[in-house]
Amino acid sequence: MGAGAMLGLVLLVVVLALATAFGLYRRATDGRMRTVAAPVAAPIPVADDAPEVDVTTPTAAEHGGERLTAQVLGADLGAQATLVQFSTAFCQPCRATRRILDEVTTMVPGTSHIEIDAEAHLDLVRQLDIRRTPTVLVLDARGVIAKRAVGLPRKADVIAALGEIIPA
Amino acid sequence: MPDVTVCDPRTEVDVRGPRFSAAITLVVLAAALLTLGSPVAVVLIAIQTVVFALGAFVGLRAQPYGILFRSVVQPRLAPATEFESVAPPRFAALVGFIFTAVALLGLATGLTTVAYVAVSFALAAAFLNAAFGFCLGCEMYLIGKRMLARPVTA
Repeated sequence: MGAGAMLGLVLLVVVLALATAFGLYRRATDGRMRTVAAPVAAPIPVADDAPEVDVTTPTAAEHGGERLTAQVLGADLGAQATLVQFSTAFCQPCRATRRILDEVTTMVPGTSHIEIDAEAHLDLVRQLDIRRTPTVLVLDARGVIAKRAVGLPRKADVIAALGEIIPA
Repeated sequence: MPDVTVCDPRTEVDVRGPRFSAAITLVVLAAALLTLGSPVAVVLIAIQTVVFALGAFVGLRAQPYGILFRSVVQPRLAPATEFESVAPPRFAALVGFIFTAVALLGLATGLTTVAYVAVSFALAAAFLNAAFGFCLGCEMYLIGKRMLARPVTA
């Protein structure tokens, strides 16, 4: 075996090992709902002190607790909670995500699903640091971002997230 | 209404097709990596580059591995139940094309290291697609878009 073939073999093994590790990690973490702001416990003592997103001045770091308005999203918020899905044309899991979120919002009263074309809203995408699609934000009744999932979320997790946000 | 009821072959594809193509791509690129430095590797990478180019610039129906899937493999499988838009696999083919074209250029100009790196990246992407159903190029799309369309700030 020549030096070239040896190098090729080593590279092949290393690349496949790294890709496998990445794939398994991604499979384990993809679509997981993360809490980015404390859920609203009491039936909303509507102190509208949460900052509204100002699309013109990007802020860094933490986006939990930020408030999205119907004006920014281009569609009305759900009375109890809103699922905001960022999608692109070159996105395989976006369709399955859409199906799941539509099913959930049909099932849970007072919720709505808003799908946003990330490419057409790059300012908002940067503002909220959306890095890949689908990214799903779960907003409470006021439009405050409470949860965030990157990748195809599981239906049960979406329902559970809504359960935490919507006051019983 | 499930998506399966509307399937236009120009815009929709059986999800198993692109994964089958990715698996063949994986084998071809692995063989290229093992033979890199020999004329065999050049031929393999050239073939793969043409395959990617057909998929990206002409369409998935013109892509040889896809044709093989539809004519030989698909008839032996259960009917398709899941479809996806052709846009993601076409974009993935474009990304693959860029990597294999760079590898070819590297080989043509004697920059063998460039060829090794480019083939390795294409191989990783093909593997992730075949084994996990991940479209790495698609996932990088928004980040690329964000960077390219970034407003000029100081």
